Amino acid sequence: METKDIIKPENLVYTKTSLMTDNILSYCPGCGHGTIHRIIMEVIDEMGIQSEVIGIAPVGCSVLAYDFMDIDMAQAAHGRAPALATGMKRCWPDKFVFTYQGDGDLAAIGTAETIHTCNRGENITIIYINNGIYGMTGGQMAPTTIPGMRSSTSPYGRDVITMGYPLKITDLVACLPGTYYVSRQAVHKPGAVRKAKKAVRMAFENQKLKKGVSFVEFVSSCNSGWKMTPVDANKWMEENMFPYYPLGDIKLDGELIKTQSKKTADHD
Amino acid sequence: MKELRLMKGNEAIAEAAIRAGADAYFGYPITPQSEILEYLMAEKPEERTGMVVLQAESEIAAINMVYGAASTGKRVLTSSSSPGISLKQEGISYIAGAELPCLIINVVRGGPGLGTIQPSQADYFQATKGGGHGDYHLLVLAPASVQEMSDFVKLGFDLAFKYRNPVLILSDGAIGQMMEKVELFEQQERLKYFDPSWTLTGKTSGRSRNIITSLELDPARQEKHNLRLQAKYRQMEEVEVRYEQIDCDDADFIIVAFGSSARISQKAVRIAREKGLKAGLFRPITLFPFPKSEISSLADRVKGMLSVEMNAGQMVEDVRLAVNGKIPVEYYGRFGGMIPTPDEVVEALEQKLVTV
Repeated sequence: METKDIIKPENLVYTKTSLMTDNILSYCPGCGHGTIHRIIMEVIDEMGIQSEVIGIAPVGCSVLAYDFMDIDMAQAAHGRAPALATGMKRCWPDKFVFTYQGDGDLAAIGTAETIHTCNRGENITIIYINNGIYGMTGGQMAPTTIPGMRSSTSPYGRDVITMGYPLKITDLVACLPGTYYVSRQAVHKPGAVRKAKKAVRMAFENQKLKKGVSFVEFVSSCNSGWKMTPVDANKWMEENMFPYYPLGDIKLDGELIKTQSKKTADHD
Repeated sequence: MKELRLMKGNEAIAEAAIRAGADAYFGYPITPQSEILEYLMAEKPEERTGMVVLQAESEIAAINMVYGAASTGKRVLTSSSSPGISLKQEGISYIAGAELPCLIINVVRGGPGLGTIQPSQADYFQATKGGGHGDYHLLVLAPASVQEMSDFVKLGFDLAFKYRNPVLILSDGAIGQMMEKVELFEQQERLKYFDPSWTLTGKTSGRSRNIITSLELDPARQEKHNLRLQAKYRQMEEVEVRYEQIDCDDADFIIVAFGSSARISQKAVRIAREKGLKAGLFRPITLFPFPKSEISSLADRVKGMLSVEMNAGQMVEDVRLAVNGKIPVEYYGRFGGMIPTPDEVVEALEQKLVTV
């Protein structure tokens, strides 16, 4: 059977959203960025809001996110994306504004912008990628590196006595009155991808309600930075990252979910 | 009909921002410019024109809110004073690199560090040579009166959009705090047109996506981008130089001074003339672009120049570059929040240039 015989409309069960450009992704094989980009673009496509969306790329591996997403985008200085988003949303209150940030960006250098943007209750969506490491700069310790985890700047493992504790910033922002929806997701398995997409959809739909920040964390692997194969990295993530960063909704409709740890046990 | 008011310089800036049709102001309190944010909050510009006013959590956040808002094509501004302007430099560099229009106001106080809250011109280098990292320039306007604090807001926005470049108003604590009569310009409309070639408004089907970035990983393309920025700065030097000359026509000696120093030096020129000394004042209004050729021409027909500054001698370097050794160029100044008196200036002129 020739390729042209296989690729026929009646055989088509899935297609890439046109909101993902044809540029070759700059991410390592096994990285979650590509899938998370796709989820966001699919949600925007399905909601039909491409002409009303403005995205903000951070500093980090996804600094070139605008090469892959066919939407209007700005590139922010390290950590400052929520401030840009605030400026945009205040000027265009009826447009959809989202930031796309890594853990170093959002939970270290941009902590002040993250906390205050959430606390002001800006009607934006924050997509937060937590892979426990600085990927682009070559695998240094991040604010989210878990205790004992090795990185190029914690080569003997993160020692919490001298290096401090990993910051669960998602749980922290969930406690602020300005956040309306806070969730933690992953994209390591098809089931997780489906759940994650629902969370992203809700995070964008919520902007219409004007009730505050919708914040979705993705616990993601960085097999290059972790120096593992993609398969091993996913396994390590499930065994070590998920217990520290349990998946599931943390705040829904402005209300904290009390039984968070039980609720998240059912991830695929 | 003329609308005259007695206002502080800082209040004039705030009122002018509303009248210039600004869409948003983002700021953080710092002395001696907090009246700008206070005035704006009290005026409720949201009701007057729909202008957004937001107190940010830091100067860093404020300038990045400006970055975000400016990328949507809106008319936006921020203000601060020296230590706060230092914090904004990262964002300013990004805004310059991404070629966005915006207005930044620095009501300068003495430094370095926390320094003093008293007036100073010690941020001349920072304002005119770039300020943040990378090769770039802001277009810098130096008001010498409360009237110019108001007028330069409107002018600054026009220039910012003309060049898609941040414009800085370099004021100081004296002009910010002093009260003078000011003639306010009429209310302008807020922007209704957003250039589809670059503004972030959401990608419509009729155009390709717009990207606001200062990043270019390919060095050859980054150099090209830099060359384009430089061409823009050269064009500013050709057509945007602004200055004022007082009693320069028959002068033997020229005082070069901007902002508050120019006000003081204007009095010094009068005192010098009463003493029979033919002095004149050359006041650069744009500090970048600097009036190089005008100063060079003056140097062909006077005996010497004195750069009077409220800093340890910064603009004097640009005056000397412009004069290029043709005549002596001296400096006189006070700093750390101290303000020179007209008599001190005259004395410096006599000692450093006349009696030599």
